Amino acid sequence: MSEKDILSHELVSEHKILTKNESQKILSQLNVKPDRLPKMRDTDPVVEIIGAKVGDIVEITRDSPTAGKTKYYRVVIPE
Amino acid sequence: MTEQLPGPYEKIDLKKKDKDMLKKRYKQIKYEVGEAVGVIAAQSISEPATQTTLRAYHSEGRTQLVTTKGLPRLIELFDARKIPKTPTMEIYLDKEHNNKEDARKIAAKIKETKLKHILKEDSIDLINLRIELVPDSTLLQNLDITTESIITLIKKSIKHINISCENEVIMIEIAQDKKPDFTISDLQSIRVRARNLFTKGIKGIEQAIVECENNQWIIKTLGSNLKRVLKMPGIDASRITSNNIFEVAKVLGIEAARNAIIKETITTMREQGVDTDVRHLLLVADAMTNDGTIQAIGRYGLAGQKSSVLSRANFEETVKHLTNAASGGEIDPLESVIENIIIGNIAPIGTGMIKLKVKD
Repeated sequence: MSEKDILSHELVSEHKILTKNESQKILSQLNVKPDRLPKMRDTDPVVEIIGAKVGDIVEITRDSPTAGKTKYYRVVIPE
Repeated sequence: MTEQLPGPYEKIDLKKKDKDMLKKRYKQIKYEVGEAVGVIAAQSISEPATQTTLRAYHSEGRTQLVTTKGLPRLIELFDARKIPKTPTMEIYLDKEHNNKEDARKIAAKIKETKLKHILKEDSIDLINLRIELVPDSTLLQNLDITTESIITLIKKSIKHINISCENEVIMIEIAQDKKPDFTISDLQSIRVRARNLFTKGIKGIEQAIVECENNQWIIKTLGSNLKRVLKMPGIDASRITSNNIFEVAKVLGIEAARNAIIKETITTMREQGVDTDVRHLLLVADAMTNDGTIQAIGRYGLAGQKSSVLSRANFEETVKHLTNAASGGEIDPLESVIENIIIGNIAPIGTGMIKLKVKD
């Protein structure tokens, strides 16, 4: 199995790096500063595969057992 | 209940009045701003968890794999133990290998095999002063091991010996230069070391059992090594799971670990007949993975990292927290619930959260 296949694992939700504009929009929508968002480390295997950098905001589309699909945001921080 | 609520309501033809009613009801069952969801989650999980111990029954000798269940397993999950008491994996097979024979073969490949597992006989020849190892030829064939590979393995791992092979019998003798000062007990220790040599499989997998559920062959293992098993051919890499949350976080990332915490807690509780709302567990899992690593719920995890001194002192180790805070000159901004209750203020919870702004 190649490294990329972990993205297709059933436990791994869909990850997407947000552009500068999108992150600005999300932050103003949620009315938070990036350091108040949930975090994920830059050594996280998924972060390494999608190529997110420290400071990026990652949009995670989860399968929710109660609400269909939900969006969650994590900011990448150094280990 | 399911008969009264037919599926997602968009799919059915509803009148506007009914739709409005549904929307109204949906808003009513949502939590209000300022609701103490953490406390509700804590109680909704802990109260049924106390019942599980009473209901735990004796299961020794009944199943092939005895795993931690019930309250001990829940404690293990919420305490975020680095290695669970009984690490297990469930390995699914891909379409081409979804049959009994392939499942057996893959299970044999995964299982950690030591040299002693493939020996038919091992003894010490006291007359010629040598160790004789007789491998089981059918086992060798099944596991795809040759006698030569065993010899090279022994040569590599044990020094100062001469090794030879005759009629599938491997003979180990002490090397000439060491011969003058050796005893039978040296020979015995070499034999023990040889028996425990790691020959084949994946380290840490003590048992691998093949089971069939709904036409799907599953290999259940005792011991866990997600990283190595993921790379094996013939398995369905998208469905393999481990019950070691830290391993999942390391191999599949923090989001996968969060999903694994939910899955493990909910199955543990369902097994015991406890029907807790999954939303409480979602909250707990989000809190545990909030900072990008898995944190325990307890004095070394989430509760130990609260910013407020009084809040930490209230939980456990009161004197330690108070003395440390006093010597460090810490300031408590009184922003959370517990410290305001201690002081006697209105706690910022429920209606207490709302502050008034006066317009002059």
